[in-house]
Amino acid sequence: MVEQAPLLIVGGGPAGLAAADTALAHGKKVMLLDEQPGPGGQIYRNIADADEDRKNILGPDYAQGRSLLAVLKRDGLDYRPGSIVWEVTPDRSVHFTEGGRAHIVAADRVILATGALERPMPFPGWTLPGVMTCGAAQIMLKAGGLVADGAVLAGSGPLLLLIATQMLAAGARIGAIVETTPARNYPASLPHLPRALRAADYLRKGIAMTVALRRAGIPWYKGAHDLRAAGADRVESLRFTAGGRTHDLACKVLLLHQGVVPNVQITRSLRLDHCWDALPRAWRPRLDEWGETAVAGIFVAGDGGGIVGAKASAIQGRLAGLRITGASAAEAAPLRRALARELAIRHFLDRLYRPADEFLRPGDGTIVCRCEEVLAGQIREHVRIGCLGPNQAKAYSRAGMGPCQGRICGLTVSEIIAGARDVSPDEAGYYRIRAPIKPVTVGELATLADEDPPPG
Amino acid sequence: MPNDTGFRRLADGARRDVTVDFDGQPVLAREGDSVAAALLAAGIVALRTTPGGAEPRGPYCMMGVCFECLVEIDGVANMQACMTPVSDGMRVRPMLGARSLDGGGDG
Repeated sequence: MVEQAPLLIVGGGPAGLAAADTALAHGKKVMLLDEQPGPGGQIYRNIADADEDRKNILGPDYAQGRSLLAVLKRDGLDYRPGSIVWEVTPDRSVHFTEGGRAHIVAADRVILATGALERPMPFPGWTLPGVMTCGAAQIMLKAGGLVADGAVLAGSGPLLLLIATQMLAAGARIGAIVETTPARNYPASLPHLPRALRAADYLRKGIAMTVALRRAGIPWYKGAHDLRAAGADRVESLRFTAGGRTHDLACKVLLLHQGVVPNVQITRSLRLDHCWDALPRAWRPRLDEWGETAVAGIFVAGDGGGIVGAKASAIQGRLAGLRITGASAAEAAPLRRALARELAIRHFLDRLYRPADEFLRPGDGTIVCRCEEVLAGQIREHVRIGCLGPNQAKAYSRAGMGPCQGRICGLTVSEIIAGARDVSPDEAGYYRIRAPIKPVTVGELATLADEDPPPG
Repeated sequence: MPNDTGFRRLADGARRDVTVDFDGQPVLAREGDSVAAALLAAGIVALRTTPGGAEPRGPYCMMGVCFECLVEIDGVANMQACMTPVSDGMRVRPMLGARSLDGGGDG
């Protein structure tokens, strides 16, 4: 049986919740699908249930996420947590699984608010158990009250410092911070600093985090390069070079971060046009100023349309909600001004935290496709014998054909092929993503037939 | 509390204790934990070995993206441990290497 929805939103993070709120306030009924068991997305994960203790550890920016929850009490909202979307078609039919049953909803309008995922940070040993992302450490803290203790943090970007301060607040020991931001990024980011001052609040927070971590006396290495993790059954150490010296740090848990990138799995599966941003080195779907894609009636809001952060994501959600409910340009104007303020810091951050080349285009011996265990050197060898792009690479080595469907290796494989061909990643292209974009069993599919009238 | 698992639980009195079985070994977890979080808290970081090189792998992203934490849960193979909440008496098994044709779950 196909259900109907005037507006279907995929994703219950800041963009999805704010979009639902705006649409409901204007009298539109909303179906909100989210993979997670509770609202908030990854940034405000578990916000509805977090106690004071947890909010103190995670900080005021996290606690602020509560303000988005009022939408859940609005009339006209059909909130469906634990719903896994595995296909969205250009005619706005949305296929998902909920509690072991498959559903198809025909929606008049769709807002995709599927957020971001961590940029891959491939280097030798990054596949060892115990090597995880900083985002994973934050999720454990938010959702499970579990803190990595004695971990080494390696990488670059604001989240690296944020999770370190949160771990400190949780009483955890931090083994070391190994920052990989290349030294040349600092002068290169300076021209963007004046504009970033319009978002001075973010800069102040960054400085406050740096001061707190310095005061805590955490060993902090800058300009680290040539990273290599080692261990037998799990990670035991991280080796790297910094300041001309090689260091070897023992660790049971190694947390990586190299920024976040848009989750483009659904927009790619819709065959939408995506633009390549040389900074921050990622693709984003091409959208109009309301977030509408080239397929009429399908919108993208939040980090899935280009990394903007939680607050800007909520504003984009409201803009999409306004457009769908037929609001005027005048209603949108204050939102657009607020959005511009939020985005003022992006160029500065993107330039300052541009990943080092060794993580964008890793050396030959590094696994890039974790699922199928394909090395960077194999991808380069494919190019040497004529491979032009990521989809051809699949046929050579199965890169991108494992269970994660290229989510982890997609950017890296495009970068490596671009480097080997001496073209831009845009020209090298990206994996062709096909539905189902999440695993669905035949048993779940069979439930679609349950409600049909019996044959004969 | 000192420990050698690399992970530590924060006080959280509200949640009930549950026990899951990992490969024949009882693991104490809390209601609301994902299977991956419960195993990490118990110091179990390697949940499978890869089909190709038989290399150990464990949870990486904890948000359902990387599929590194695939395990067999109550007889169903290829379940994402980070996306599956624990329940009392749940039986979790590591997935070792490539699947054989004459055994394993129905995933």
